[in-house]
Amino acid sequence: MVRVEFLGPIQKEALSLEINNLNELAKILQGDAEVSDWLESCAVALNDTLVTSLEAPLKDGDKISLLPPVCGG
Amino acid sequence: MLSLYDGSLDVPTILKDWYEEEATSNYGAYIPFVGTVRSEDGIDGLSFDVYEPILESWFKSWQEKAEAKGAKIKMAHSKGDVMLQESSYIAAVFSPKRRVALEFIDSFVEDFKASAPIWKYDLKDGQRIYAKDRSTAISGSGLLA
Repeated sequence: MVRVEFLGPIQKEALSLEINNLNELAKILQGDAEVSDWLESCAVALNDTLVTSLEAPLKDGDKISLLPPVCGG
Repeated sequence: MLSLYDGSLDVPTILKDWYEEEATSNYGAYIPFVGTVRSEDGIDGLSFDVYEPILESWFKSWQEKAEAKGAKIKMAHSKGDVMLQESSYIAAVFSPKRRVALEFIDSFVEDFKASAPIWKYDLKDGQRIYAKDRSTAISGSGLLA
């Protein structure tokens, strides 16, 4: 199982999914009305490291985080 | 050094502590930036969410950049609510000479605004409203769209 967390202002509980890569996650979230509008502006982290490719393989116990636009300070 | 606090920052104490920590380090320059919550658009204050694991790795990468220039960087930030005229953010650079610190604080704070995993909300009329229009998508966003 892969845990998917939604950070900051995204009002959505974490998901546990049986997925093998980020392409599969993209398809699931694109069909989820609660989160689909956020996808264009969200960065993605795998185990707390930002990723830039959908091809990264996922394994049991991985954590994915979606990071919406930021504004510290 | 990265320090997170619940609520507003005790600015005089933090600046004094940082000054004293480096008092014998032989730095010629200490340049702090303090961010204070201003009254605008009828807000009562601001509120912050922080995602610490990625904030720590982001900050570590800047510590390494500072070290490469013989400098040191320190940062403090609030979690939760910070009201008008209180401060939520302090960054400071210590370096042997002023030019490095002046340039470094500028590039550090700009990247902080664009990349640090912190989310800001306006406190207004009893509500906590995401400051969407003032927020910046992290580089590489949209991967899942």
